[in-house]
Amino acid sequence: MSSITLDHHADRSKMQVSEEVAIEINGMNKWYGAFHVLRDINLTVNQGERIVIAGPSGSGKSTLIRCINRLEEHQEGQIIVDGTELTSDLKNVDKVRSEVGMVFQHFNLFPHLTILENCTLAPIWVRKTPKKEAEERAMHFLEKVKIPEQAHKYPGMLSGGQQQRVAIARSLCMMPRIMLFDEPTSALDPEMIKEVLETMVSLAEEGMTMLCVTHEMGFAKEVANRVIFMDAGQIVEQNEPEEFFNNPQSERTKLFLSQIL
Amino acid sequence: MSDMSYVRSEMLPERAPPASSVGVIGWMRANLFSSVLNSILSIVSLVLVVWLLSAFLSWALSPTWSGTSVNNCRELSGGGHVACWGVIRERWVQLLFGFYPPEEYWRPMLAFALLFVAVTPVLFSMISRRMNWVMLCVVLGVTALYLGGLAGSIAGLALLALGAAIAYKALSTDKDARAAEIAEGAKRLPNPLIFTAIFPFLTPWLLWGGSLWLPIAAALGFVLAFYAYRYLAAVLGSLSGLILSVIVALVWWLFMAVPFGNAIGGIIPLDLVQVASRDFGGFMLSLTIGVVAIGCSLPIGIVLALGRQSDLFIVKTLCVGFIEFIRGVPLITLLFVASTLLNIFLPPGTNFDIILRVLIMVTLFASAYMAEVIRGGLAALPRGQYEAADALGLDYWKAQRLIIMPQALKISIPGIVSTFIGVFKDTTLVSIIGLLDPLGLSNSIRADANWIGLIWELYGFIALLFFVFCFSMSRYSMYLERRLRTDHR
Repeated sequence: MSSITLDHHADRSKMQVSEEVAIEINGMNKWYGAFHVLRDINLTVNQGERIVIAGPSGSGKSTLIRCINRLEEHQEGQIIVDGTELTSDLKNVDKVRSEVGMVFQHFNLFPHLTILENCTLAPIWVRKTPKKEAEERAMHFLEKVKIPEQAHKYPGMLSGGQQQRVAIARSLCMMPRIMLFDEPTSALDPEMIKEVLETMVSLAEEGMTMLCVTHEMGFAKEVANRVIFMDAGQIVEQNEPEEFFNNPQSERTKLFLSQIL
Repeated sequence: MSDMSYVRSEMLPERAPPASSVGVIGWMRANLFSSVLNSILSIVSLVLVVWLLSAFLSWALSPTWSGTSVNNCRELSGGGHVACWGVIRERWVQLLFGFYPPEEYWRPMLAFALLFVAVTPVLFSMISRRMNWVMLCVVLGVTALYLGGLAGSIAGLALLALGAAIAYKALSTDKDARAAEIAEGAKRLPNPLIFTAIFPFLTPWLLWGGSLWLPIAAALGFVLAFYAYRYLAAVLGSLSGLILSVIVALVWWLFMAVPFGNAIGGIIPLDLVQVASRDFGGFMLSLTIGVVAIGCSLPIGIVLALGRQSDLFIVKTLCVGFIEFIRGVPLITLLFVASTLLNIFLPPGTNFDIILRVLIMVTLFASAYMAEVIRGGLAALPRGQYEAADALGLDYWKAQRLIIMPQALKISIPGIVSTFIGVFKDTTLVSIIGLLDPLGLSNSIRADANWIGLIWELYGFIALLFFVFCFSMSRYSMYLERRLRTDHR
């Protein structure tokens, strides 16, 4: 699982965690029907943190980050993102969504739009950015993820890794303060995983607040300042990556790590 | 070294495929003569086709175009089982226009030509906006020249000159040069969709006549609603704004539009000779009903499909109820309701035009089917598309308009066009409630003593008319599917 080694080591000195709170989750519970999927989640994320969320499938890790931009609705507790509490007030939801970027396992690019249009759509229609400016910014981010030459192609003509990098660029075009990654490399083959992870590392080096659900433990060791282990809908253990991998405390974590490392 | 070990020393270059698998020979070998049985079947089919075609042509190619009756046809052709085309020569105008007054034929013909001008910017992206305006100038110019008189001639020549000027400019500057001109701030012509928006109001006036001010008053209702929404949405929020602006438009249409139209019409009359609905007929009637039903059923179908997916219980129930009811009832039943029962429920003395009633019924019928076709397209979209749109902060309507509908409609194109074609052909059912569509007219023509017993010629002609339109729609849908394909190019 952690077979991918990155070419260059991430420069941790550039990754500064500030005192400012980006996300605060207090006593959050969520049910799918009668199934209690998230149980009493408490989590505070500071601006600039890179958090990797690990755990077996069905442990609720994807659901947790999907609650942060309200793709899933929580039933109890509080989620405050950048000072805005997520309630059923749609205005707050839209505000949070435009500040939180999200990258999906299956990319979810819009297949009927070119790469450039994928990147400029939300800035133009949500942020009301003038088209020219939106296109310049999109090209800037496409250069950053190293695929400016694909700008006028359609997503269906790109490889999986390229599509995922476009998806990252698309999120970045909204100038988010927080990025959520929901298993961004799980649908990719090894050569492509590497190119996506390198993009994510460079993002971390620029000080982006990141929450990343992933099985790439190499990425966690390299980039994360905190690893959270979830099982059965609750946070079982969290620690700095070195401590987490070398000295896991709970039996469940030890078992999980012994299986994937 | 073991036997299993193998290392390729050089990579193979690309080679052309064998000659027998490409070109005409390759195609025939693969598709006609791939095996003995296949070869026999190919040859038998070919013989059958030739035989059928020769039988049909010997019937159809008969020198009876000038025939004046069945007997006369027989004399002209020297007997034998051949077609009598005289009936088409004598009656084709009637089959096209019904009992529409002949001196007003230019109006439906102009409406038909304008229909093409109006739909071109919607249907074809490769025709430039300048060419659309050229088309409009030519159509209006030719009409003005036809109508004649001093004013008509001057206006016609002026319009044609304007069209020629735009066309010359469009053809003499190439695309890149024009793009550069626009980038430097050259003025573009107005969007031809403006005319597309005017067309639905202009056409009823052309077809039915009367005062131009009534359709203008009707159009003003939309303008009022638009500005009311712009103002109220900012003050009260989008939902209350929407509801109130619809109310504003309804009040205008129900109580103020007609007096307004009449008042201005009294000062500046812009009238055409009125043509009653009972004089409508022939293929023109089929086209009128077909175009309205096709044009209205798509937007109504989209709304119904979205309503059916809505989380709002009442909206959802209403949409499901409507769709299931309409789909559960034959179109003929609805048409009978339109022609007879509706009068019972309306207040006495209400004059509710029969064609308008039929238009509403056929449109509702088509909308219900359309809604289900579009629902199929919506269901085929992966959930991830909705989630990606949400995650980017697009609200419901923007997500629908920019992300969901373009893809759902693209998936549904074959179904949508099938529904269009079905509705267009179903317009012939109006003959059952006494409207004289081509089939209704053919019955009376066959009752004519001169043409008694003629079936194939009339039905063949009518079939040809419908085939031209339905086949065009079918080809267009294939063109559109090809154009919108964005994968693996």
